[in-house]
Amino acid sequence: MAISKRVVLHFPPRLVEQPIIYQLVKDYNLVLNILKASVTPKEEGLMVLELSGAREDYDRGIQYLQETGVRIQSLGQNVMRNDARCTHCGACVVICPTGALALDPKTRMVNFYEDRCTACELCVLPCPPRAMEVHF
Amino acid sequence: MAKTIAEINEKIRQGQAVVVTAEEVIGLVAKKGVARAAREVDVVTTGTFSPMCGSGAFFNLGHSKPRIKVGGGRAYLNDVPAYTGIAAVDVFLGATAIPDDDPRNRVHPGPFNYGGGHVIEELVARRDVRLVVAAYGTDCYPRKRLETWINIKDLNEAVLFNMRNAYQNYNVAVNLSDKTIYTYMGELKPDLGNANYCSAGQLSPLLNDPYYKTIGIGTRIFLAGGIGYVAWHGTQHNPDVLRSPGGVPRRGAGTLAVIGDLKQMNPRWLAGTSMLGYGCTITVGIGIPIPILSEEILRYTAVKDEEIFAPIVDYAEAYPQRSPDILGEVSYGELKGGRISVQGKEVLTASLSSYPRAVEIANMLKDWIIKGEFLLTEPVVPLPGVEAGITFKPLKERPIEE
Repeated sequence: MAISKRVVLHFPPRLVEQPIIYQLVKDYNLVLNILKASVTPKEEGLMVLELSGAREDYDRGIQYLQETGVRIQSLGQNVMRNDARCTHCGACVVICPTGALALDPKTRMVNFYEDRCTACELCVLPCPPRAMEVHF
Repeated sequence: MAKTIAEINEKIRQGQAVVVTAEEVIGLVAKKGVARAAREVDVVTTGTFSPMCGSGAFFNLGHSKPRIKVGGGRAYLNDVPAYTGIAAVDVFLGATAIPDDDPRNRVHPGPFNYGGGHVIEELVARRDVRLVVAAYGTDCYPRKRLETWINIKDLNEAVLFNMRNAYQNYNVAVNLSDKTIYTYMGELKPDLGNANYCSAGQLSPLLNDPYYKTIGIGTRIFLAGGIGYVAWHGTQHNPDVLRSPGGVPRRGAGTLAVIGDLKQMNPRWLAGTSMLGYGCTITVGIGIPIPILSEEILRYTAVKDEEIFAPIVDYAEAYPQRSPDILGEVSYGELKGGRISVQGKEVLTASLSSYPRAVEIANMLKDWIIKGEFLLTEPVVPLPGVEAGITFKPLKERPIEE
């Protein structure tokens, strides 16, 4: 049975220089579509992938990733904004790596573009009124 | 054209006062010129909504039966310790207080999820709060333990009394080190990863009255959705700093101590706040009306973001070590553009002060005045000005020898 899932991968700095994604394709026959990638030598890497393939290959591929030390998050996990708490200060806009939280230059309100959110959760704790919430 | 506050109040009572916000007055002056705008406008309203640690509240809890002397004992509101070193059933809760068992920065950066600011917000939201007291017991106050729910509506007094709010200008914080740092100016990413600022700029109260010509002790203000007053100059009030030719300070300068009835306030304008790795605080909404008594005062209120400059400070080294070095100056116009240049590098900017909420406050205050619900006050005493000879003193340590 073929499946297709979106996942967020966090690469610890020590893994950033290893060809892990290549192995996913070669050894596990997975088709991947890179939705977002931010990889810098010696820093934590972030990648959002759509992985497609046979169920068995997918499970083995995920197991391989876990064994290498990659942290995996499912995109079924959602970050949402509690609009009653958001004060639109804008502290989050330099934290969000994908531009999902961005200022409207006219109104100076913070817009939350859920389609750009990769649920990396980086915004959750730095938000001063704690308006960003993780829902499962 | 000189108007008086009494004349302006008469116009407010008759529903004829012309009131504009400190944002709207900029366009008005550009269109009509200072002289005509000063004749037409009676009041300019300002606003700011920012984390302000110098905040807290006094509560009179009422006397239990039998009586308990909270004064000199220990008191907790939702596990957050309150100051009890005053009268028998009065306590003070500061915005930055945190529970005794909060993990703090033991695992850095600590989250600081809940503190005094959050308790104040819950009280203002009319939610029940748990009071726990341990006292030593006296002949006239025999009780030693008390655990009860309290609600703001049942307290005799609940008074917000903030010793330092509404800073007239502030630093722009950056990080020159190679590690992320967590500060009261927010998360600062390494190697100039971002630049955080905290002022409403052209809408901020004291930036519109740079020499404190109208704002003084006794000035009636919008305080967190209710009516409050300027009680004193705030702590660290430091008027004699570098100023632009128009008079606007280019460094942190004046501050205000403000007071008001917490029972009138609204949690929309008094929000418990967590600064990751730093601590708890509260975000406070303040709006101050500026009576247009002269062309000079009108000219001050027409200041715009492009004309207000703030110093860029490294919070990894210069700030903690109290070094006076700055990395340059930048205008709020540039800061609000989203990116500035620091040491030749383009740096993204973020604000901790909510400009949309500052606009909302200025507009609410404007509406109150237009409807005749809010009259202006003559200050009882002006705030200390540039000529007052105030210097901002550091702590001079003197070793204690036994």
